[in-house]
Order: sequence, then C-alpha cells, then structure tokens
Amino acid sequence: MPSQKKNDIAIRMEDVGIEIDGELDSGSEDEARRRDRNRKAKASPRAGGRNGKPATSEDEEEEEDQDEAPRKRARKKKASAQDSEEEEEEDDRSVKRKGTKAAGRKKKAVEEESEESEEEERGKKKKGRKVTNKKQKDEQNKEKKGDAKGKGGKDKGNVKDKKNKNGKYSRECQAFVEKFEGALGKGKGRKLYAYKVMMAKKMIKFNRDFDNFKTACIPWERKIKEVESHFGSSVASYFIFLRWMYGLNLVLFAFMFGLVVLPEVMMGLPYGSIARKTVPRAEQERAMDISVLLDFGGYCKYSILFYGFYNDERTIGVLQFRLPLSYLLVGVGIFGYSLMVVIRTMARNSDEGGDGGDDGQFTFAFKMFTSWDYLIGNPETADNKYASITTSFKESIVDEQENQKDENIHLRRFLRVLANFLILCSLGGSGFLIYFVVKRSQEFANLDQDELSWFEKNEVEFVMSLLGLVCPPLFETIAELEEYHPRIALKWQLGRIFALFLGNLYTFLFALFDEVNAKLEKEKSIRNATIWGLNEYYSNYSSYHNTTDIPPPDIHPADVIRGPCWETAVGIEFVKLTVSDIQVTYMTILIGDFLRAMIVRFLNYCWCWDLEAGFPSYGEFDISGNVLGLIFNQGMIWMGAFYAPGLVGLNVLRLLTSMYYQSWAVMSCNVPHERVFKASKSNNFYMGLLLLVLFLSLLPVVYTIMTLPPSFDCGPFSGREQMYNVVMETIENDLPAFIGNIFTYATNPGLILPAVLLMVLAIYYLNATSKNYQNANLELKKKMQMARDEEKNRRNNKENTNQVMQDLEDLLPNRSLLPPAAEEENPPPDKVREKGSKSPKVAKRPGAAANGKGVNLQNDVSLAAPNPKAAVTHPPGPRGLSGNARGPPPGPVRGRGRGTPPPRH
Amino acid sequence: MGTTASQLRKDLLSEYQWRLMHVFFRAHKRFSELLSKEDRNLPTPRVPMEKVLSLPELKSNPFRKRICHVFSTSDMKDGSLTFEDFLDLLSAFSDSATLEIKSHYAFRIFDFDDDGTLDGGDLEKLVNCLTGETDDTRLTTEEMRQLISNILEESDIDKDGTVNLSEFQHVISRSPDFVRSVQI
Repeated sequence: MPSQKKNDIAIRMEDVGIEIDGELDSGSEDEARRRDRNRKAKASPRAGGRNGKPATSEDEEEEEDQDEAPRKRARKKKASAQDSEEEEEEDDRSVKRKGTKAAGRKKKAVEEESEESEEEERGKKKKGRKVTNKKQKDEQNKEKKGDAKGKGGKDKGNVKDKKNKNGKYSRECQAFVEKFEGALGKGKGRKLYAYKVMMAKKMIKFNRDFDNFKTACIPWERKIKEVESHFGSSVASYFIFLRWMYGLNLVLFAFMFGLVVLPEVMMGLPYGSIARKTVPRAEQERAMDISVLLDFGGYCKYSILFYGFYNDERTIGVLQFRLPLSYLLVGVGIFGYSLMVVIRTMARNSDEGGDGGDDGQFTFAFKMFTSWDYLIGNPETADNKYASITTSFKESIVDEQENQKDENIHLRRFLRVLANFLILCSLGGSGFLIYFVVKRSQEFANLDQDELSWFEKNEVEFVMSLLGLVCPPLFETIAELEEYHPRIALKWQLGRIFALFLGNLYTFLFALFDEVNAKLEKEKSIRNATIWGLNEYYSNYSSYHNTTDIPPPDIHPADVIRGPCWETAVGIEFVKLTVSDIQVTYMTILIGDFLRAMIVRFLNYCWCWDLEAGFPSYGEFDISGNVLGLIFNQGMIWMGAFYAPGLVGLNVLRLLTSMYYQSWAVMSCNVPHERVFKASKSNNFYMGLLLLVLFLSLLPVVYTIMTLPPSFDCGPFSGREQMYNVVMETIENDLPAFIGNIFTYATNPGLILPAVLLMVLAIYYLNATSKNYQNANLELKKKMQMARDEEKNRRNNKENTNQVMQDLEDLLPNRSLLPPAAEEENPPPDKVREKGSKSPKVAKRPGAAANGKGVNLQNDVSLAAPNPKAAVTHPPGPRGLSGNARGPPPGPVRGRGRGTPPPRH
Repeated sequence: MGTTASQLRKDLLSEYQWRLMHVFFRAHKRFSELLSKEDRNLPTPRVPMEKVLSLPELKSNPFRKRICHVFSTSDMKDGSLTFEDFLDLLSAFSDSATLEIKSHYAFRIFDFDDDGTLDGGDLEKLVNCLTGETDDTRLTTEEMRQLISNILEESDIDKDGTVNLSEFQHVISRSPDFVRSVQI
C-alpha cells in the first residue's frame, strides 16, 4: 500500500517541519504576513493541479529562496548553537535537493535531446514536490506562529515558554539528524553506522548481562528480596545487616587464619612437642570426653583455637615468620579494620540517606504508576511482586498516617515522659538486681563449691537471662504509651534494650576480671615455684655432675608444672558464651517460632478458640532483639578474638547458618508486623550501635594488652614483661637503628601532645565546614521547592489560558489557526495532490521506461523519509496513526495543556 | 536508465531492511505462531486475546487484558490483535521507545474505563491489579481511600479529582525508572 506509506511519510515530513521551523517564531510579524500572502498565492495553483505549470513551481522556488534570506538573517540574531543546528538542517535539505537535481541532469545525458525539456520538467516537478512539502511546513509554522502570537497577546510568559520548547525541538532535531546521519548516507558511512549500531546494541546487552551478573554475585540477594517482599524493608534490613556482618567477619577470619593460625599450623611445632601444646597428664584421661570437649576443655583447650597453644619463638619456619609480632598486630588490626569499615559504611549511608531530593514529591504516584516491572514473566516472581507492592503501599500509608496525626500534643508528651520514666525505673531496677546478684556470687565464690546449690552457683546467669526475657516485652508494652511511628519506636526499643544488654555485658566483664586477677595471683606463685624448682635442678645437676653445661630437665611435656594461663581461660569463656548464645538463639527460633506456628496451625482445628487470630497466634519477627543479639555477639567476637583465634571462624559459621536458618524461619513461621513500616533509608542506627559496642569491646582488650603481664608459660608473648614488648623487640633487633630513633621521638609526649591538639583542631574545622554545607544544602532544598511550586502554578495557569484560547478559537470559524484542525485538514489535500500528480505524470510520459521512473520517483520519496527508528522516537499522540485506517482522526493532543485524550477504538 | 535513482533506493532499502529485518521477522514469527491455521489465510488475520495472553511475556502481567484492549483495533472490542497492532505493542514496550510513548500507552492501560482520565475508580482498579487477586494482599477500604486521596493530592494538579494525561506524564517524567520498568 504505497499510498498509505506515502501519507505517513508526508505526515512525518510535516512533523519534522514543524519541529524545525518552529525556530522561526522570532521572525517579525510582517514577514509572517507576507508569507501568509505567499501561501495564499501558492495555494491556488496547487489546488488546481500542478502538472503543466512548471513556471509557477520555478517561481515558487525563487520565492522560497527569497524567503530564506530574511529568515536566515533573523536567525543570525539567535544563539549561535541553535544557529548551527538550523544550518545543518538546512544543509541537509539542500543536499537532498541537489542530489535530485544531479540525478535529473544525469538522466538528461542519457535521454535524447527532444526529451530533455520533459526531463527538466520532471526534475522541477520533483523539486516542486519538495517545495510543496516545504510550503506545508511553512504553513504549519505560520499556524504555530499565529497560535503563539495569540497567546503572546494574552500572556508574554507563554511566548518565552514556547521559545524554550522550540529550542528543545531544534535540539531534538539535531539529535535526530546525528543519530540517523549514517542511515541516510551510503557506502562507508553506512557501514560504519551499521557497525556503530551493532556495537551499541551489543554494548547494551553486555551491560545488562553484566548487571545481572553483578546482582547474581551479591549473596542471598534473592532470599532477602523475598523476605522483603513479604515482611517489608524493616525485616529485610536485619538480613542486610546480617549479610554485612558476614562479610566483615569473613575478612576478619581471613586475617586471623592467614596470618596467625595457618603459619602456626604449617611452621610451628606440632602437638605434643612442648608443654603448652600438650594436655597435662592429670587431664589426659578425660580429655576426649564429649562433655569436656563441649566445655572446651581437654584437647580443645590445648589446640590451635586458643591463645595458649602458640609458641613464643621469635621467628618460625624457613620464612622467618615473626609469629608473636603477627599475633599482636592482627589482634589490634582486627579492631582497626572493623573501625574503619564501620565508619566508612556509616559515612556512605549518610551520604545516600542525606538527599531527600525529588523523592518526597510523588511517593504514592510513583508507587502506583511505576512499581510494576513489566519484565516479570515468572508467576512466582509476580506473586512476590504483588506482595512487595502491597507491603510498600502499606508502608507508605503508615508513614502518611503518622504525618497527618496530630491530636492532643500535651497528653502525648505527658505519656512519653511517663513511659520514659517507667523504663528508666525498670532499667535501674534491673541494674540494681544485677549488681546485687554479682555481689552475692562473689560471696558465694569464697565459700566451698560443694555446699552451694545449683541455683546459687548459676544465679548470675539465671538472673541475666530472666531479665533478658522479661524486659524487652515490658519495654515494648510501655512503648505503646508513646505512640511513636513504628520506625522511631524501633529505635527507642533498640536503645533501651541496648542499655539493658550493656549492663549484662559489663557484669560479665567484671566477673571475668576478678577471675583473671585470681589467676594472676595463682600464676605468680606457680611461676615462683617453677623458677625455684629449676634453680634447684640446676644447682643439683651442677653439683652432682660437676659441670656447668647443664642439659634442660628431661621431663615429658605432659608432666611439666604449668600456670593457669589466664588468656586461654578468658578465650574459653568467650567461646562458651558465643556457643551458648547460638544455642539459645536457635532454640528460641525452633520453639518460639516453629513450634508455636505448628501448634497454632494444626491444633487450630480442634481448639476452643481461634488460635490464629486469638491468643498465641503466629510470632512476629523480633527485629530489635535480633539486631541487638547480632551486635552483642559481634562484641563478644571482637573481645574474644585476641584470646581465641578460632572464635572468628566459629562466628563465620554461625552467621552463615543463621542466614539460612532465620530466613527459612521467618518465611515459614512468622507473620508480617501489623503495621509494616519502612526501614530508615540508612540503617545508620544499627551501625551506630555497632560502633559503640566496638568501642566498648576495644577497651578491655587494649587494657589487658597494655597493662596485664602475659602468662609465663603459654601463648606467643610468654616470657615478656608486657605483650607490646614484641613490637619494641622487633624495632630494636630487626629494623635499622634510625627507625628506632624515630619511634622514640614519636612516642615523646612533646610530640604527641601537639599531634592531639592538631587533631582536635582539625575535627573542629571539619565540623564547622560540614555545618556550613548543611545550611547551604537546606537553602538549596528550599529554593528547589519554591521553583517546583512556581512551576506547578504556572502549569495550572497555562492550562487555564489554553482552555480559554481554545474556546476563543473555536468561535472563529474561518481561521484555521488551531494546529490540530490544520492537521486534520492537511492530509486530505495531500492525498488529492499525490493522486493528482501521479496519474498525469504517467499519462504524459511516453514509453515504459518513463513509467518505471515515475514509480521510482515515488519510491524514492517514500523511502527517504521513514526511518525505521523514527516510528519509535516519535510521540504517539499527535500522529494519531492517521496513515492506516485506524479510527477517527487524531484529537487535539498536541497542545500540552489541552489534555484531551486520544480517541479510543 | 534511472540507475542512480534506483541506487539510492536500493541503498535505503537495504538499510531499511537491515535495520528492520530481523526484528520484523522475529515479530512476525511470534505473531504467526499465535495464529491458528484457518486464520492464516485471511487478509488481515487477528489473534484472539486469549492467545495473546498466553505469551510468556504477558502471562503474569496484571495488566495483560488492558494491554490487549489498548493495542487492539478490533471493532468488536474483543482485544484481538492484527499484526500491525502486535507491532505497535512490541515497539511501545521495546527499550528504544521514548518516555512519551511509554507514558502515553501506560496511561491508556491504566485508564480502565476508557474515559480519558484516571479517576477514583480507575485508581482503585489499578491498586487492585497491583496488589494481586488474593484477599490477604488486598488493601482494606480505609487504606484504599487514603492511598487514592494521597495519589490525587500528589498528581492531580488542576484539582478536578482526576489525573489526566498531561498530569500523568508530568509525574511519570520525574520517575527515574519508569522507562526501564515498562519493557517486555
């Protein structure tokens, strides 16, 4: 259907014309009037059929050229950028014209002389058609102009707006030309273009694949998304935090394993070679008992897992690996690395969460209109998407409700104060309880162990877990009074339970310190006894054999008298604590969630009341408890890692299993919260808590490293006054002397004090700068908001004016200034003309060759215009698909404000 | 005789073909797979809606029926597609379609009662489509009311209680991921 195609093309040409010539708006009014006259003059010959009027077409072209000149001049005044664009467009067109001209000339050479005139005629006709196309464009343009002028009378601002829009159009045009330049050219350019397009496609595909790959590389992304889609972003935030922790622990584990454990295993002395690596004879009988092993006694205690196993040799193996130094540096480095990562993450989070930007404006509309991903083809994914969309709707509804709520502010304030008071009371009470219990346990410790009952022995632990069990729900109940938004409530809850746990932790630490001190005392006496024994042995040996070359006493390593090795004891405490924590957590999930869910689910058929809706119901996922559990667990790891290098590996295993276990549990046994709420964008709150715990766990470790003397017969630092002496030793022995000097200077208080001062000043300066930036940011945000409001208002106003304009123009019957009307009008004459020009051409031309040419010419035009891509780069509205028989002609869609919808079929 | 003219034509034709060929034939293949045997002989074969809905791309889309109705040019309003309609559909959902095209069709897809504006009823149906058919994912009436009033508050600029095309496009143009999400 060539005619249809042609129509399409013609329309497209028009549209392009509109876009191009829209530039001319700035042309003076009288010029427009002149051209209007021209158009009227031209219109009559066209209506009468164009064939046999070569002179007119010639004239037309001349006129066109004349027209061109002032137009160009007018254009010169404009911005140079637009100018060049226009020029390019113009060039493009002229090139086309020249091409056809040239074609005509070549034909001339082939044809006989007699036919020459005809050929010329045809060439002109061809030109003429172009010209008419151009004319149409002008027409369109003028109409546009008229429109603009009319508006200009009413509203000057609108003209400016129009200009902007025209600028946009011309820019679009240029982009269009650039994009399809290759498509219109031939030969090399085309190939290059084809290559370019192919590469672009390949690139897009590659990028997409790469993105997919990247997403696939994020562990558990799917799992977390699934949880998120059913439970909301707040629950998912816990899992994301868990994943983050797992990553952190993997790195810590790599440090610990690669730099401490592996060298000792590979290059250190094997088990049983020295006393610290051997189970003492008294314990050997029960060393493999499962109960002993579960308490981390026996072989566990004298294994690579704990501090005591490591030897104090300065260097080991062929590589001269300095294990003690490495041990100390890794122990401290773990803290350094963790601090760095936590702080960096916090900084990045606050970067991301900082900008509210455009988000706030259309939250609901975006959720509504753009949330469905049309790429979803899998029904299961679709179900997840439904769930997640519902969840996100609910989340934002909760947010919105919170925003709108403002009732009795005084009552609420009073309730909040009351709630805080109650919680402070309960916190104080529990603190006192812990203090009391610890005091009592110290008294008990002095008594004989056999006289105490089981309860008295485990009183501290018992009270602690009781508090941990009772207090969180109590806090939650009290928090109901406050009526915070659930997100804020979660933060409060976290903070309060954190305070409770902190008491827990520090009680544990104090108890531990008491134990360590006792061990130190004991060790001192054993050490003295050992030294005394050795001295005895040496003096006896020398007096007996009468020689100074004394061999070391020949005692089996299992029989050597050894100290209590407090470091290993501390390490065992931490490992035990971690393991029991894992057990408690997993059992709680198994009983509290799984069993409960089972009972509720299956006993519901034969129960007096509705279990699902009534009392037990299904559990909710306890975000605050889980997050805090994770954080405190990490604190344990940090503290214990120095004394038990194996602890990090244990923790990695724990996090790995708990990822799967908990995500399974939450998906199968829990129900979403009643009010699903969105997690705060940056979970910096979790990170803040983690940082605090990190700091708190840093303190005791650094304290022990700096002040307590290491055990004399176990661990990598045995035989040294202080642990950090390893560093001094290395500096003195292994490094050049000047570094030692530098170190001495650097540790001079005279240098440290100014350094600290400098740092304080730097902090002060950076703080001030950041405050300034914040203010600037706030200002900018305000400005943006204002600009947005202004734009909104203007759009409103414009719509009104447009409406008025339309009404006015409808009242004037004889003026076709309205573009849509023109669009409707235009195609029919076009069609008529096309048909009219076609048939005479064929009739006039003698011979089949001419006939073929006629067809060719038409094809020529038909193929030149439509770019396959153009169908896509073009807005669907205004075109109205009038090319094919497709319902009524397009309604007035082009006017932005009119907003009448396109016709429906 | 006319060699230059046809040269130009060939160039463009091959270009045209090169650009469109594989896309076109793939589309046509997909289309004729959907056609039943007896339909294939008709001049303008139509694929009934049920067949189109069975496409894997549309199978789990909550708007699949709407999509068919919007792109269908059938007089019977049965959502059946000719090949041209099918091409329209594909090009609107292709990744090179512009925001304007996509938003235009999206608007028509969301306009359930075909009255040219998104009013409360349309929005409610839209929400129901998005939240799935099952009862447990449905929103309550209170939530629905709140949601719709919020949406109108945000995007109804002229305060006439409905969202028209230009308002819709205004909102959509601000969305970062709309163009990416409306693809097949």
